[in-house]
Amino acid sequence: MALLQISEPGLSTAPHQHRLAVGIDLGTTNSLVATVRNGVSVVLNDAYGHGLLPSVVRYLADGGTSVGQAAQRQAAEDPHNTIISAKRFMGRGIKDIPDLSTMPYKFVDAPGMLQIRTVAGVKSPVEISSEILKVLKTRAEASLGGELVGAVITVPAYFDDAQRQATKDAARLAGLNVLRLLNEPTAAAIAYGLDNAAEGIYAVYDLGGGTFDISILKLTRGVFEVLATNGDSALGGDDFDRRIYCWILEQAKVHTLDDRDKTLLMARAREAKETLSEHASAHITVVLSTGEVVDLNLSEEIFNEMTASLVNKTLLPCRKALRDAGLAAEEVKGVVMVGGSTRIPRVQAAVGNFFGQTPLTNLDPDKVVALGASIQANVLAGNKSGDEWLLLDVVPLSLGLETMGGLTEKIIPRNATIPTARAQEFTTYKDGQTAMSIHVVQGERELVADCRSLARFELRGIPPMVAGAARIRVTFQVDADGLLSVSARELGTGVESHIAVKPSYGLGDDEVARMLQDSYAHAQDDMTARNLAEAKVDGRRLVDATEAALKENGAALLGGSERAQVEKLLASLQLALDGNDLSAVKRATEALNQGTVEFAARRMDMSVKQALTGQRLDALEL
Amino acid sequence: MLDFSRDHFALFGLPTSYALDSARLDQAYRDIQSEIHPDKFAHAGEAEQRLSMQWTTRVNEAYQTLRRPFDRANYLLRLRGIHAMDANNTSMPMDFLMQHMEWSEELADAKEAQDMAVLDRLEKTLRDEARELQAQLAEQIDQRHDYPAAGETLRKLRFTDKLLADVGNAYEEIA
Repeated sequence: MALLQISEPGLSTAPHQHRLAVGIDLGTTNSLVATVRNGVSVVLNDAYGHGLLPSVVRYLADGGTSVGQAAQRQAAEDPHNTIISAKRFMGRGIKDIPDLSTMPYKFVDAPGMLQIRTVAGVKSPVEISSEILKVLKTRAEASLGGELVGAVITVPAYFDDAQRQATKDAARLAGLNVLRLLNEPTAAAIAYGLDNAAEGIYAVYDLGGGTFDISILKLTRGVFEVLATNGDSALGGDDFDRRIYCWILEQAKVHTLDDRDKTLLMARAREAKETLSEHASAHITVVLSTGEVVDLNLSEEIFNEMTASLVNKTLLPCRKALRDAGLAAEEVKGVVMVGGSTRIPRVQAAVGNFFGQTPLTNLDPDKVVALGASIQANVLAGNKSGDEWLLLDVVPLSLGLETMGGLTEKIIPRNATIPTARAQEFTTYKDGQTAMSIHVVQGERELVADCRSLARFELRGIPPMVAGAARIRVTFQVDADGLLSVSARELGTGVESHIAVKPSYGLGDDEVARMLQDSYAHAQDDMTARNLAEAKVDGRRLVDATEAALKENGAALLGGSERAQVEKLLASLQLALDGNDLSAVKRATEALNQGTVEFAARRMDMSVKQALTGQRLDALEL
Repeated sequence: MLDFSRDHFALFGLPTSYALDSARLDQAYRDIQSEIHPDKFAHAGEAEQRLSMQWTTRVNEAYQTLRRPFDRANYLLRLRGIHAMDANNTSMPMDFLMQHMEWSEELADAKEAQDMAVLDRLEKTLRDEARELQAQLAEQIDQRHDYPAAGETLRKLRFTDKLLADVGNAYEEIA
């Protein structure tokens, strides 16, 4: 669909200046990076022509790391230090992981998120994931020949706030500017929808290595509207592997395995599963450390039988998502299959049966998410795209608070379109109560104990009153990344407390700073240079945006002296950008930000009015 | 300046009534979103990004409120000074409550017996009931301007919607 290029307010860029932006699919099993090149989205390969980077990180004794194919090959030789499927641990504590016994890692329980002890020290899943992202960033910059403006990182739609925050932290740690966290099925829908000019109701069934999502979308004239999403953030191809693994142990009557054998058997189990997507049976042979030889034949029938419950487990979320969308299966026009695990014939059959139609398997289930993310990244970075489209996504799980008796009070319901905000008033329980503890949870269950705890914070300084007299307004805001922040305010006195929901699961800014410091421990100069470079990128972006805005609406929306003031601040920032004084750049950026608040409000105002009167900007500017 | 406190109907340029041209609402919503959504401002200055998020939040809230019959009626009544869902506003006619108790029992029995046919029948009955209540709301609000009566109808609709949701959950438990 080649359409006329239309300039958008706030997005104007200097002509011929293509901003390098990528989409990254940070997968459980494999990760990929893609970009839009000459209007076409492409996966970027490594020097050997591989697009897929196995999501495997090996820590070496000298403090170095090896990531991808090389690490995967050595997994069995170095099982404790080679982390596979780290995505399963993002934003998760030890008690959240059901199959610890089949994993060779030395887990360390840490508040909020588990960690793993390796030869190079204790590593958090955020750090491990950032190693994968660093490799992809380097690959992209080498391939595109320049520094990236930013990246869209995909997450499973059913990831909760803690998992999303952890993913964003990993990207920041890898030195990536996160343009947006994008839900994986939504990314797939963009790639599929734009490619096929699809219109109507579509379902995206995304069964990856460790996560399952189902999203129901309505596609109408360039608008991708997610109606409902559901899933299971701990169900994926790994579970199919584990079923085979357990079957091997049972058949071969082996009971005690060392960690090398565990890793080896899991790898063979995965290979057998992949073989069964093409053949009627798979041959499994392994020589164990003890010299014992395992030699088995796994038929498709037995495989289907032992994994039937896993396949069925994906259908309940499908039913729930349809119900939340207020739709019947017959109303779905197409079912897009995403994720490597949708290659399993029985999965395709079950999905086809459920939706009453043959699912769409004509796109590469491994690549479509990264491709969709790159298209979004290209637009967000400010490059013109041929197609004008709009994405409306939702929050996957209800967000709420703990109230008396350990019950959940839902504030933001699941499937609310983001960004969204909701406020609710609460009151004190005891006479003279001067503090209120606020416990933020996510999930659908009535009892707080059955939901995920995201954060706790306290509102202090409430004036003593009789029980029930104080009025405390708690506001939840979910941004376009699906991330939550919560604030509480006593309405009588204005006492306020605010929290970006990070402390119990995500990393605080200081922690990210510490990790960055660690990785630059011997290069303090690098750190300073990096800060300056980042500040300059921010400053330049603001200069570009302000210049574009002035050019577009300066004459119409600003008085002479107002315009002169903005231009003065603009000139100061440009001057600061020519120098190398970090604090000067930051000060001037902040001043211009402050100085353009009113102008921005008028521009927004005008945009809304134009939208309403039908006088679309595109019509005016053609 | 556009006023944040403007009502949801005015925001989308729609008449303040229960009867709704949903195609027009959808179109207005999409047109506004195409201008103000954060994706359009990912590369803009901080002030514009913040405004974009605030506006989009506001527009999403308004859209969700208007497109659901229950929320739309509740919102309209609040604009008319009727707080139908306040905790001290609970009067319900006895015959309606009796009818609902019957339906609730029917649902509990169907769940117990895992009887899909009864669930199907009950769901249809409740959908008809909801539709009937919505028709009453339209008449009471738009024609007769009898807002207290509409308040009672709205409370009935809440009961019915809740029971419909329970039927939905029952399907999932049985399936």
